[in-house]
Amino acid sequence: MAQLQQAADARATAQSRVRLELLTELVRKDLKVKYKNSALGFVWSLANPLLYLAVFTLVFTFFLKNRVPWFAVLFMSGFLIWSFFNSATLDATGAVVGNANLVRKVRFPRVVLPLASVGFAGVHLALQLLVFFVFLVPFYPDAFGPQLWLLVPALAVAVVFTVAMSLLASALNVRYRDVQHLLEIALLAWFWLTPIVYPVTVVRDELAGAGLLWMFKFYMANPMTGVVVAAQRAIYAHPVVTADDGGLAQVLPAGGYGFYLQWLGVAAAVSVALLALGIWTFRRLQADFAEEL
Amino acid sequence: MADPTIVAAGVGKRFLLHHKRATSLKERLLLHRQSSSEAFWALRDVDLEIGAGHTVGLIGPNGSGKSTLLKVLSGILAPTTGTVTVRGRIASLLELGAGFDGELTGRENIFLNAAILGLSRRETQRYFDDIVAFAELEQFIDNQVKHYSSGQYVRLGFAVAVHVDPDILLVDEVLAVGDESFQRKCLAKIGEFQQRGCTILFVTHALDLVPRICSRGVVLDHGRVLHDGDPVEAAERLRSLLGTGADQSGGGADVGADRPRVTAVRLVDPASGDAKGHFRGGEAMAVDFDVAVPAGAPPVAVRMAVTGPADVPMWVMTSEPLYPGPDGMATVRFTVKELPQVKGIYALAVAVRDPVSNVTYDARRYSEAFLAVGDTDTGVLEVGWTAEQLKHHPENQIER
Repeated sequence: MAQLQQAADARATAQSRVRLELLTELVRKDLKVKYKNSALGFVWSLANPLLYLAVFTLVFTFFLKNRVPWFAVLFMSGFLIWSFFNSATLDATGAVVGNANLVRKVRFPRVVLPLASVGFAGVHLALQLLVFFVFLVPFYPDAFGPQLWLLVPALAVAVVFTVAMSLLASALNVRYRDVQHLLEIALLAWFWLTPIVYPVTVVRDELAGAGLLWMFKFYMANPMTGVVVAAQRAIYAHPVVTADDGGLAQVLPAGGYGFYLQWLGVAAAVSVALLALGIWTFRRLQADFAEEL
Repeated sequence: MADPTIVAAGVGKRFLLHHKRATSLKERLLLHRQSSSEAFWALRDVDLEIGAGHTVGLIGPNGSGKSTLLKVLSGILAPTTGTVTVRGRIASLLELGAGFDGELTGRENIFLNAAILGLSRRETQRYFDDIVAFAELEQFIDNQVKHYSSGQYVRLGFAVAVHVDPDILLVDEVLAVGDESFQRKCLAKIGEFQQRGCTILFVTHALDLVPRICSRGVVLDHGRVLHDGDPVEAAERLRSLLGTGADQSGGGADVGADRPRVTAVRLVDPASGDAKGHFRGGEAMAVDFDVAVPAGAPPVAVRMAVTGPADVPMWVMTSEPLYPGPDGMATVRFTVKELPQVKGIYALAVAVRDPVSNVTYDARRYSEAFLAVGDTDTGVLEVGWTAEQLKHHPENQIER
């Protein structure tokens, strides 16, 4: 019996290794196909965040007189992670449907399709973060302080949450093609409900001013908010800064890491629960993929 | 049959034919009550045990469930009833080159496709040269696959698939593609697999191939196993099924026993009189029809059209009026002295009708009646041709 178990374990290990290789192969393919015949190649993937940065800086710093110093740093800290989540989830939604020919004709672990979308977006996030950090070295060296470790759990939760959403969306989209459209709209609203282009303290203070501080909990329960705020705290080193008019401005909640860890914990719990739901849903629906496509 | 590699027990597969399919939430909600879907059993109570090292030919008329069975056995579709147990590494060649990306080069696609079929990168590297050599694509391996000819595409797909080193090989009619020399190569590869003890199950329409390379033939009809055993008998069984099968009936209205009707069709080699399913352009071909003419019925003639892709009639032949024997049967033979230089799978549309008024008593369509074989695999005509550039500019030649 023990021997049989060992053999089964060895087979399972070999199988997951092959799956991992298939996953890398798919991500490699997507990257190659995307940047084939393009002279600038990967540089294009930096264009999108830079464009957003330019537009939001223009609107919020000049038109709306936002008083956040180093707005670009605050914005990019959240936006890069958001755009990873956004593009991975959208891409994954169409991953199974888009590979219909393969799904109908070849047996392979279907789960690699949405995971490849996450991997593809992950490669971009890694490279974008790298470029971002290169810019931070001369322009915002404060980022490289002890608070930077917060980025690690923030990224980990972001990945788990993104994988969960991707599994769920890709499986459901096979049966209900509305998922694609629904998600596109939902993600737009979601983006504005997450403190990326405005500091989270604005929401807190406005709610407190209206006597609705209890609602702030619901605002924070959004896993992406927990992730984004923690990432901002990690890179945008000073929660309280001297504003352009000379006064003190609280951009991020001050007073230790408790606030960030607490909400990151909530985000992690939601993510893990959603991941379980995503795996369960994907397993349940994948038997019918070949038929439904 | 010790230690069977594939065991299918009571396998059934039901498809729901949605008259209006709910692919969105709204439709799902609205159609929930009145959803008009019809169950269709593509497979019914299929029991199949295939032991290690056997080669089984799976044949049957179109729509009999052959491809569905392969998909269920290979795990692409889940069976509605019954169980499938498969032991060993399985490679299913349902479509060659499924998963190729046109933008990538042949080399990149080999690694991608091999990974999809379950090969590790290291294994692929080990087989890489063999794969390229088998596909005969040494010069083109770094070209984008979108520039490949259909023949090159299929060769590369087959080459990758057979190097996955499977214990079980499921093949769906992929041998029908590719030119003849490649087909020979594929058959040689299959022979090699057989010697290595690989289990092979393949779907084919080339009936004479079944006795040649299979140790066993399985005939499927309407999702049920009709015959399981001797390959020669299996091929015969299918031929007779195709000749008289009720499912082959086309536009024939209500055909009563009192009306003239076709009872059997046979394709034969006119010289030997033997049954034959595939012909080359230039060869002689004969088609025999048995026609039942009830006593007292007016004389009838048989009109036959050979139809190609998209049901385009290629040519039409009409017989003289037939006069049945005492048993009420008449047999008419259409002979084509030299088959035109066509290629592909052709259907026969036959009508029994009044020679004067052209009133049709019986009309039937025999799809995939015969296969016309040519030297190349593309197009429907075998044509002598050349290509040359009219004004030649060697000075502008670019090395590539």
